Amino acid sequence: MQRNRLDKGGRIDRSRPLNFQFNGRKLQGFAGDTLASALLANGISVVGRSFKLHRPRGIIGFGAEEPNAIMQIGKGDMTLPNLRATQVELYEGMIASSTKGWPSVNFDVSAINDVFSRVFSAGFYYKTFMRPKGLWHFYEKLIRRSAGFGKAPTAADPDSYEHRNAHCDVLVAGAGPAGLMAAMAAASSGARVVIADEQNELGGSLLCGDYQIDGKPANKWVEQTAAALGGMDNVTVLPRSTVFGYYDHNFLAVVERCTDHLSEAQRTGVRQRVWRVRAKEVVLAQGAFERPLVFCNNDRPGVMMASAVSAYLHRYAVSPGRRAVLFTNNDSAYQTAIDLARSGTTVVAIVDSRPHAAASELAASAGIPVLAGHVVVDVSGRRRVTGVRVGKWSGDTADTVDGTISIRCDLVAMSGGWSPAVHLHSHAGGRNEWNDELHCFVPGASTQANRSAGSGNGVWSLSGCLREGLAAGDEAASRCGLKPAGLDVPQAEDPVPMSIEPLWRVPAEKDPDRCSKQFIDFQNDTSVADVRLAVREGYRNVEHVKRYTALGFGTDQGKLGNINGMAVLAECLGKSIPEVGTTTFRPAYTPVTFGAIAGENVGDLFEPVRTTAIHEWHEAAGAPFEVVGQWHRPWYFPRDGEDLHAAVARECLATRNSLGIMDASTLGKIDVRGPDAVEFLERIYTHNIAKMKVGRCAYGVMLGEDGMLMDDGVMARLGEQHFYLTTTTGGAANVLSWLELWLQTEWPELDVYLTSLTDHFSTIAVVGPNSRHLLQKVGCNIDLKKESFPFMSVKDAELGGVPVQLFRVSFSGELAFEVNIDSNHALQMWEMLMYAGGEFDITPYGTETMHVLRAEKGFVIIGQDTDGSVTPQDAGMHWLLSKDKDFLGRRSLSRPDCVRDNRKQLVGLLSGDGKTVLPEGAQLVIDPNAEKPVPMCGHVSSSYFSACLGHPIALALLEGGRSKKGETLHAALVDGSTVEVQIVSAIFYDPKSERQNV
Amino acid sequence: MKILICPLNGPRNISEFTYGGEYHPLADPQKSNDRAWADYVFFHDNHAGIVIEWWCHTASSYWFLAERDTRTDNVVRTFPASELATSDGRS
Repeated sequence: MQRNRLDKGGRIDRSRPLNFQFNGRKLQGFAGDTLASALLANGISVVGRSFKLHRPRGIIGFGAEEPNAIMQIGKGDMTLPNLRATQVELYEGMIASSTKGWPSVNFDVSAINDVFSRVFSAGFYYKTFMRPKGLWHFYEKLIRRSAGFGKAPTAADPDSYEHRNAHCDVLVAGAGPAGLMAAMAAASSGARVVIADEQNELGGSLLCGDYQIDGKPANKWVEQTAAALGGMDNVTVLPRSTVFGYYDHNFLAVVERCTDHLSEAQRTGVRQRVWRVRAKEVVLAQGAFERPLVFCNNDRPGVMMASAVSAYLHRYAVSPGRRAVLFTNNDSAYQTAIDLARSGTTVVAIVDSRPHAAASELAASAGIPVLAGHVVVDVSGRRRVTGVRVGKWSGDTADTVDGTISIRCDLVAMSGGWSPAVHLHSHAGGRNEWNDELHCFVPGASTQANRSAGSGNGVWSLSGCLREGLAAGDEAASRCGLKPAGLDVPQAEDPVPMSIEPLWRVPAEKDPDRCSKQFIDFQNDTSVADVRLAVREGYRNVEHVKRYTALGFGTDQGKLGNINGMAVLAECLGKSIPEVGTTTFRPAYTPVTFGAIAGENVGDLFEPVRTTAIHEWHEAAGAPFEVVGQWHRPWYFPRDGEDLHAAVARECLATRNSLGIMDASTLGKIDVRGPDAVEFLERIYTHNIAKMKVGRCAYGVMLGEDGMLMDDGVMARLGEQHFYLTTTTGGAANVLSWLELWLQTEWPELDVYLTSLTDHFSTIAVVGPNSRHLLQKVGCNIDLKKESFPFMSVKDAELGGVPVQLFRVSFSGELAFEVNIDSNHALQMWEMLMYAGGEFDITPYGTETMHVLRAEKGFVIIGQDTDGSVTPQDAGMHWLLSKDKDFLGRRSLSRPDCVRDNRKQLVGLLSGDGKTVLPEGAQLVIDPNAEKPVPMCGHVSSSYFSACLGHPIALALLEGGRSKKGETLHAALVDGSTVEVQIVSAIFYDPKSERQNV
Repeated sequence: MKILICPLNGPRNISEFTYGGEYHPLADPQKSNDRAWADYVFFHDNHAGIVIEWWCHTASSYWFLAERDTRTDNVVRTFPASELATSDGRS
């Protein structure tokens, strides 16, 4: 039974009833309804509870401004919290619930807060929950439950979302009269136009009133215009699409709700889409918000915006009440009064704060009494308005008013004037200017290529909106270099003129400081008394007052209350409103779901994944993967249910005793060529390049200008003017960029060319005493013996008939070869080596074994054993520093700080108990019993159990470490205990490095 | 999303670029005392106003310079490094 539904009219489809549930109640609305209009049609007054005081609240607005009707829509993993019922299109089977109120909106136990509302003043939480210290954790849980809004779904979102990039000549935000006219004008000139509107159909305010355009109902004009736009190839019409952010260089973000209006069973495809639009020109035509009036108990269910009442009457054929009182300080509410009277609702009176109102003749002709120079002082009724008290007012806010006239009613329609929605103009960087005639902020000069038109620009008349929209569309097209088509402005009549006299708060009956029920911000329960209290407590800046009183926070971001709040603040401070100013407008205009923001960038598409050419073999072998940079590298290769430690121990022993194989393809590879290649690399690397013979390799490090280790790797001289560099896996891109920086900017005289080969070549490391035997077995066309192919050399070769580049290098200290091969042949080569290696128990290993093997040899990993504050000397690499040349970072190495004795230096550590594997990152202390805070002298950078040595090993950076070998320290563990450690050489295994040189 | 005008590739979304820090002329390592060298390596002006900065068009590894107003985040102009080399008297 939709008891508030009118018999006829509205843009609803009465042949399509829709069933839905609200807080468990089964209700019915019609296609074309919003959840809000359907609730009003069913006579539901209380739709939520207020944030702090838990007062019953009803629907107050009809769009983005709605502060009270905040709903949880849908169930389970598809649920969306905190939607405005006024913007939710009804669908069959919708399940909606209030986000506030426990156990229910009609009986909320926390409503007791309302009785003590004077206690819950501004800053209540700050003042109350500070003490006793430490109890905040206890309070927080309670506050969060009592103050929260909707619930986020706990399951993964099953829907898909997408981002789409678009370019256009003219983007029009809003499809009311100004926006439609602007789009028509721009499109007729041939401009590529995108027009977006947050509602399900175009028309904006024209859908909510009895307007005439060109002598016909405005709806006809909307239909024709929408059809014309829809028929043009150069126009993209986006209904259900909110322009939510305006960023630099005319980049705008639009969220399109594609399937939210359909029943869950009907939804297919993308649920929401974010359009990333780069527009040459923008027309902002998003309209204006009506402001509430600030009087006692103005939050009672049944107190609504006058424009909302008109919208529900016209668009949804719903009359929100039976006996209405209008309360206004301007003329626009008179139209609502007439609308109500025409719909059969009794309009008891129009209470107008102005002593004289030109529009009162309109009311008189409709037989509606006007109480001029009066104000509504108070509202009675708790879950529904039952009446108002009205008093005569002198016109001076400082005076008090007696509410001597009682009027029985169930609906109060209020209008405090209008504020242009300047949000997007402000996002774009534009300031707003106070207009003393219109009593609102209007957009000031634009800082980007945009212009505002219509009521969003402070133009209230329909004819004015159409005229300004046309001009804006023409201007935008001209700026794009197009010739305006010269359309005529449609003729429109403006039945109600617009004049306004400000009324920022209704004078108090006694003391304005005690008016804790004169609400300014409905969602946050911010009242006149709160703002006055903030000023008394010393707050002066509007941004501070906002944060202290919560004015303008929340899902609605103060779309209704902000200007009233600033005006009340201005009054307290004795300043003008423009002097107080507005708070900052930031995107998003209305809340945007995380799903839409993430778009496709979730799950597998969250981040690009790089895999080597041999990846599928690793997968088939059951290797877990470690993410390094964006690379997925095999971590270890478990056999028969081994854990990490067992697998790594086996891999280490097999490699040192016979033969291991590792996919090292992720190393960065850079090809360097050119007549000046030697000179270039001399400046980059610390060692001598010119002395390198063709066919030789060298371990090299590069430093930052600060002298700190930046990257390392093997580099090889392939020709007189041709080098091949390897970098760390994670550093590859940065190193290339760093090399390019120097080449392009400081050393443009050098003739050198750099090419990344990282993905083109794969690298297979064949490691262990049997590595030479393996290569000989698969057939190598070059002599692999030490004499002809010594350690640290490189040769082109054929391995099993496949051309490869063969490096004799070692990151393990064992006899080892690195096979560099065209990535297209890498998997085949790997499989061939694995097959042939069977007789040597060839053992694939991953990053963990690689780390253990290199740590046993004291080889550092840049970024693990170094942290940007480690010089080559600190890491024990004096031998790498050429004395004959300059190189990047060299000057810094002689700075006093870099030659200090007590710098942190790389050392090895052995656990005193012979079994504790120290946690990486553990701090080193000399005396664990020293007075706290215990001085720390270093930290563990790498730590493993060495199966080859039979005990744990660790690398550490220790103050003055090199001169402390043999001393004993203590490593602090996470549980507070300490372990004794002995300082040793960082080279634990084969200290003379004989094994790799055989 | 800002647009940055790459001197090589024209106007591109700023997501294609990497910031390379404030430009300051290379110090001569031979002639700088410790103090001057530390100033060069570690200290930056952090000037409020128009500063010259290194930017790299990541996709093409192309380094260039931008004049940017740090107060407004407005890029006044971009230009190739060779322009600066010429004005420095370097080849």
